[in-house]
Amino acid sequence: MKPLVDKELCVACGECIDACPVGAISVGDECAEISDECTLCGMCVDACQYGAISMPDVGTGADEDLSRYKGVWVFVEWRHGTVHRVSYELLTVGRKLAEKKGTDLCAVIQGHKLDGVEKDLFRYGAKTVYVVDHPSLAHFTDEIYGNVLVELVRRYRPEILLAGGTSTGRSFIPRVAAMLQTGLTADCTELDINDEGLLLQTRPAFGGNIMASILCPYRRPQIATVRPKVLRAEPLDMPVDGQVVRPDLPEACFVSRVEVLEEQVLEGPGANIAEADVVVSGGRGLQRKENFAMLEELASLLNGAVGASRGAVEAGLADPSQQVGQTGRTVAPALYMAVGISGAVQHVVGMQGSRVIVAVNRDPEAPIFDVCHFGVVADLFEFVPAFIRKIRKERGEEV
Amino acid sequence: MHIVVCLKQVPESQNVRIDPKTNTLIRQGVASVLNPFDYFALEAALTIKDERLDTKVTAITMGPPQAKEVLMDALSRGADDAILISHRAFAGADTWATSFTLAAAIRRLEPVDLIVCGKQAIDGDTAQVGPELATILNRPYATYVKSFEFVDDSHLKITRQTDEGVAVWRLPLPALVTVLKDVGEPRPRSYRATLRARRYEIPVWGPEELGVDEDSVGLKGSYTQVVRIFSPERKKDRIMLRGSVEEMVDELYYWLKEQRVPGL
Amino acid sequence: MDYFLTEEQRLLQEIAYEVTREWIRPVRAQLDEAEEFPTRLLKILAKTDLFGVCVPEEYGGLGGGVFENCLVVEQLARGCVGVATSFAASGLGAYPILLFGSEELKKKYLPDIASGKRLAAFALTEPGAGSDVSAIRTRAVKSGDEYIITGTKQWITNGGEADVYSVFAITDPTKGPRGASCFVVEKGDPGFSFGKKEVKLGIRASATRELIFNECRIPRDRLIGREGMGFIIAMKTFDKSRPGIGALGVGLAQEALDIAAEYARKRVQFGKSIISFQAIQHKLADMATKVEAARALVYSVARYLDAEPKDASKYAAMSKIFASDVAVEVALEAVQILGGYGYMRDYPVEKLLRDAKILQIYEGTNEIQRNIIGQELNKEYGKKKETIL
Repeated sequence: MKPLVDKELCVACGECIDACPVGAISVGDECAEISDECTLCGMCVDACQYGAISMPDVGTGADEDLSRYKGVWVFVEWRHGTVHRVSYELLTVGRKLAEKKGTDLCAVIQGHKLDGVEKDLFRYGAKTVYVVDHPSLAHFTDEIYGNVLVELVRRYRPEILLAGGTSTGRSFIPRVAAMLQTGLTADCTELDINDEGLLLQTRPAFGGNIMASILCPYRRPQIATVRPKVLRAEPLDMPVDGQVVRPDLPEACFVSRVEVLEEQVLEGPGANIAEADVVVSGGRGLQRKENFAMLEELASLLNGAVGASRGAVEAGLADPSQQVGQTGRTVAPALYMAVGISGAVQHVVGMQGSRVIVAVNRDPEAPIFDVCHFGVVADLFEFVPAFIRKIRKERGEEV
Repeated sequence: MHIVVCLKQVPESQNVRIDPKTNTLIRQGVASVLNPFDYFALEAALTIKDERLDTKVTAITMGPPQAKEVLMDALSRGADDAILISHRAFAGADTWATSFTLAAAIRRLEPVDLIVCGKQAIDGDTAQVGPELATILNRPYATYVKSFEFVDDSHLKITRQTDEGVAVWRLPLPALVTVLKDVGEPRPRSYRATLRARRYEIPVWGPEELGVDEDSVGLKGSYTQVVRIFSPERKKDRIMLRGSVEEMVDELYYWLKEQRVPGL
Repeated sequence: MDYFLTEEQRLLQEIAYEVTREWIRPVRAQLDEAEEFPTRLLKILAKTDLFGVCVPEEYGGLGGGVFENCLVVEQLARGCVGVATSFAASGLGAYPILLFGSEELKKKYLPDIASGKRLAAFALTEPGAGSDVSAIRTRAVKSGDEYIITGTKQWITNGGEADVYSVFAITDPTKGPRGASCFVVEKGDPGFSFGKKEVKLGIRASATRELIFNECRIPRDRLIGREGMGFIIAMKTFDKSRPGIGALGVGLAQEALDIAAEYARKRVQFGKSIISFQAIQHKLADMATKVEAARALVYSVARYLDAEPKDASKYAAMSKIFASDVAVEVALEAVQILGGYGYMRDYPVEKLLRDAKILQIYEGTNEIQRNIIGQELNKEYGKKKETIL
């Protein structure tokens, strides 16, 4: 298996040689040649300005009539009595996708004691809401949630299925994809319909250093997950006139080998950071635990939460539940302030989706300044109190 | 007890960039390392082996021949056996094809009581292979496991991280878990294990050894395809301030108000 | 310089250095600041198999000798001499058992020490008996099936943290130097308790405590060797362990040199990096030469001692004094090269200087070492037939 070089289009310019990470390409007088060293990474395809190189198709073609699959489905995540806000974000993008495809947007909700949930979903454009209400769905398990969704998909055959990239979604949607033997793209930052009518799924890779666009050409449904707060939720002015369907599912769906013993909602200091609209994070630059009090004051003024870098947590300045980053939590608030944080990539991947990023650091070379929208080179011990004073002054409070 | 640990060799992500001129990945000079999260998976398996003497730990990885290095690493820290799953046919695999291939290998290693994976790989970041692999093998699984203990020889009690806290589950074996750093501090290489690793001949399995068709693995066996890679938008309008604190405070305040940032 | 080590010897260095690089360096300043015993690091070390470097394979060790021990502690000392001392002192505490213990004692204690499960310590020094070891007063009185030990030991490394102690006590006060014996005492034996933990200038991660024996009763079979062998056991143990102190010095000096050279290349003054100035280059040259000389001496002596020669004591002493003196000199010079930064606690060199000093004091002060060498030389030259004059 190797990429194909179109001899007609190849001009033997040699640009592709450098693009290849394993040195599999050589260029003769007439055209490029790809050796067996090729690992099918696809870099040469992008490098060629003449479009002379193409990847062999994924898969072995469709083995069923794909036109039987219609509709855009959103898996609505229900948790402890409420609908997770990511579901509204997905319904919003789902609406746009459905319009482009000329099909309907539907919502699927699984849980227990779900009366009345459909009203909210109609407000976001779901024409049909499939409701599965069963005691075994009161607590999340990969098996039952997966079995139920798979059964519904098999029965109703949506073309596209979207779900939230929450701890729930990231855990059981791969199960759904594997059971349906179809493609899944996780953590998409953009979703669109391409010229061929396929779902174009764009996501970051290599810790956010590159973006990749992905297709699932021959299997259905095309499944994608999106992390909370990456997209915006926009309710309709008028809710749609929708319907509720309560499918009857075989009892076998509701059996799990896993037993849920306990569920705890933890109230650590970092409990709210994933949900907060404003996050003020501190790094090792704060030096002492007591100094975090000033960040707490600032966060509280902005109705936000306090986060921390891994360095701060390891130095005992903050609680592990507050850690933002690759081994901590991922947040995407409207405002993220990084105070005294150097900006190592492992931290940045946890917050780069934030709408507005402000960095305060006394080192002008700190990498955090490469990812921020607004950078302040200053001593945080001077800047933060002054900023707090400014906010209070503008509110007419005593300073 | 037989535990299989799934490992992946990845590029050190911080050094991967796109060349703005050619829009291709610059991988020159980027070291290949064991996926950092997989150290925790290995540690979890070795901790069980510390406590239950009849435990065997097998490390497996699917990758090019160079991926042998991560298996050497695992053996040097105490894994008993290692298998390299490598063949041209496996190239270009998406998470489905990877999971399918790993599943075929694990079937050849049965009986396997527990499969342990790291939370996610730092190149793909999808966290899909663990759950997909468990599903293909029809085993129960749990993701984001922070801690676990044996309640008896055939059940684990696991504590997993959720967005709002934790959940405690009873998981029957055979099963699969994906683990977080909370499971333990990765141990160093040991002298004896490293000497043994150097003399260990790692078997290499291809489609024939796995008993799979070449059409069902690699690119041919994948369902998703990357059609384009590009650099994320750099924030061109970045504003950098230096100067008097009072001036900067004002500028930031008014700019944030313009951005309609909540809270102000 | 390449010392043409075997694959196994290189691996010992590699594994020990990995521990230094990945685990010790990141926390050494914190351990020093908090005077915190490195329990976690010793657990990590236990997993590397290195605790058993000198223990014979039949007791669960790697079967190495003095040389292999030096290779390991040198690499650990590049991380922190406080941590390396805690490791090395366990070996020191194990040596009496290893060299002179009965089969039963060896089987009972060595495997756990080799696996790092239990830490050992060596208890000889007393308030009135430092360099003058013959002045020890702790008494061990036989009573039926037991020995009853009474007395105090001072400044015992790993005191309070170790489980297994090689304790020296007088069994027969009338016999002078032949009246001392060595016993294995375990934490938890009745009458055995610990006194204050010392606050020190350096190696602050290492725990140094008083041991209190208040009619401590131990079974008879805890006697190592025979009654009266005490000082022989101590001397033979030091012959094995002193090159290890030299190795600690080599490791510390290497770290000081590495930091000083790195700094000198980065620090720019008068438009150039300071390493381009002759004054700094000469300092580094002298430092590097001393480190290499110390290493060469320690390695040669260690290898020689593994052949069990008769003149072990003289050479063991030489390796200890030379390398410990080098460590202090090189650390001092490193502080000077870093200038103001060298004096600041935020930078790692001032700790190297504070840590280096103990190497000239413990396990026999360098003055006593010189006595040993001097006396040996006197004896040797007395026996020589060939004369020059």
